[in-house]
This record gives sequence, C-alpha cells and structure tokens, in this order.
Amino acid sequence: MASSNRVSRRDFVKVTTAVLSTIMGAVVGLPVIGYLIDPALKAQKSDTWIPLGPLENYPIGKPTLFTFTRSKVNGWEKTVNSYGVFVLQKSKNEVTVLSNVCTHLSCRVNWHEDVQEYICPCHDAQFDADGKVLGGPPPRPLDKYEIKVEDGDLFIHFVEG
Amino acid sequence: MWSKVYDWLDERLGLEDLYKGLLDRPEPHGNWWNTLGSASLFIFIMQGATGIFLTVYYTPSPDHAYDSIQYIMNGVAFGWLIRGIHHWGASLMVLVVFIHLLRVFYTASYKYPRELTWIIGSFLFLLTLGMGFTGYLLPWNQRAYWATTVGTSIAGTVPFIGPFIERALRGGTDISALTLSRFFSAHIWMLPALLTALIGGHLYLIMRHGESQFPELDD
Repeated sequence: MASSNRVSRRDFVKVTTAVLSTIMGAVVGLPVIGYLIDPALKAQKSDTWIPLGPLENYPIGKPTLFTFTRSKVNGWEKTVNSYGVFVLQKSKNEVTVLSNVCTHLSCRVNWHEDVQEYICPCHDAQFDADGKVLGGPPPRPLDKYEIKVEDGDLFIHFVEG
Repeated sequence: MWSKVYDWLDERLGLEDLYKGLLDRPEPHGNWWNTLGSASLFIFIMQGATGIFLTVYYTPSPDHAYDSIQYIMNGVAFGWLIRGIHHWGASLMVLVVFIHLLRVFYTASYKYPRELTWIIGSFLFLLTLGMGFTGYLLPWNQRAYWATTVGTSIAGTVPFIGPFIERALRGGTDISALTLSRFFSAHIWMLPALLTALIGGHLYLIMRHGESQFPELDD
C-alpha cells in the first residue's frame, strides 16, 4: 500500500510536531527577548538647565560645592538622585563648574583647601582647581559643565543618558 | 557532520535508549481524552516559563505589587503577552488538570497497578489549586485582596484549629505584607518544587506501567 514517496504516518507526526513546536517557541520566545531587554532600549535622556543661584553667592578663588537632587521615574518607582558640582569663580564673572564625579570609577571628589587640590577618597586621584589630572588613576579631567548667566543667576547645562 | 555529533553524544548519553524507553513506548489505541496529561504538562511548563519572566519586574510588596504589574502591562514590551499567557494559562491549567482527573476516573484507569499514579495525581490537582489560590493574591488589587480574605476565612472555619490555620496562612491576623510575601514564596518556590517532584514521580509511573487499555465491547 504505502509507496516509497508517500509520507508515513510516523514521519508526518514528527514533522508536524517539529513545525508546531518551532512556531510556538518563536511566538513566545521572540517577544521574551524584547521583554527582557526593554528597559535597556528605553534609556532615558534628559537635557535641562539647572539654576545654581545668584553668581555673587560664590566666593572668588575658592571652589564651592553646590548640591541638588533630580527625580526620575524608573519603571514603577520614582528615584531621587543627588548630584554635586563645584563652582569656582576665578575672577568676576569668569566661572568654571566641575562635576564632583571622579572620572576614574565615579566616586565623589572633595576639595582640599590646604593643598589646593580635588582628591578622590577611593583611589587618591588628584585634580587641580581646573579639573586637570595631577596624579592617580583617572583617565581624563573632571567633567566641565556648559554654563550661562541670566540676570545674575548661574545655570548649568545638565545632560543625562 | 551532524550524524557524527549525534553518534558521539548517543554513545555517551544513550539517547537512542532514552527515546525508545520514554517516548517510543507501545500504547493502546486511545483517543483525544488521553492527551490531557501531556496538555497539563505543557501548560505547567508554559506557566513555569512565563512565571519566571514575570519575576523580572514583579515586586511582592504592598506598595509596589500593583504598580509593578501596571508597569508590566503598559510599560514593558510584550509584558501584556507574558502576563496574559500566565493569567489565562492559570485558569486553563486548573480546567485541563481537572478534566484529566475526570477522564482517569470515568475510564477507571486508577485501578491496579496504577493506584499510586492516581494518588500522586490527586495531590497534583490539589497543588494546582494551591498555585491558583496563591497566585490570585499577587496582583494586589481589590479582587485579589477580598478573594484571599474570603479564602483564608474559609480555612478558618475548620473546627478547633481553624483560627490557627487562618493565622498561619495570613502570617498574622490580617491580610498584610506578610501574607503577600508568603503567598509569593509559596507560589514561586514551595508549590512549584513540590509540583515538579510529584510530576516526576507521576511520569515515571506512567512510563513504568504504560497507559491503561480501554475495555473493548467484547471484554
């Protein structure tokens, strides 16, 4: 009865099972990849000007720490992050604003008035008042913010993501 | 090339013997009702897989459970699909397992030598209901809250030890964060571990005894 070019019942079941399994696997499996990597694809970007108060608040020649918080919605939760920047008014209206995040491994640097250096507590990185690397492991100077002054108030351009 | 790889593996793993012993067993002539056990297993695996993926975002705490599910449904790509399969699969699993139980009962397949398969199967059915009961609380919405209030209160009507059972289920006198986290733990660890172990035993016994032969007209 069964000629050689006819598919046997057993082979038909095997092929059907394989095809259906593949379809079901793909229908569930491919969306799962999207499901898992979704938060990584939605990297949030923000780009805003942060007011740091009147410029005259900052003493000339001495880096001053200014801290602020930014809140961000991650999934179902609002997270508040703290940020610190050093504002240095070198002379009247000549201002540099540096991030306090060490460029080595993201610890926070402190200004040491006695040696006139930023020193990172984690791995002893040293930066001068301008953010230039003086010693230690950091690969690049401290990050500088773009600034603007409007009606005597200082703003920094804050970009995330 | 592939046949060489296959031969190498087969020599060491005994794939051919496994296939003959486990899948290529002689079966009596059955019908579609005989497929419900495999269907139950398939749904169990689907529920396991989708459940594992849901834990990536779900948070079993009263202040985040509801919001994290809203996020799964609306914020994550295909979250609605993963949760949808898990949600509908849960009801379907109870249904399929129950019809499987009825089929075994009506065809009297629980008789010698398959009594243990039947007993383990009964526990599998109860565990399936337990999965449904514990999973129902996890969305932490009004329906979940009140269903668990009612369910645990029913457990509390047992004579003498009822109030103790109720407190043990709730982890205290009220439905609280403790209830949510212990239901979560039961739902993703304890009950699935028991289910997996008993399914292993159930399958072993089915392979050992084969499926029961339906009586013929002239029997």
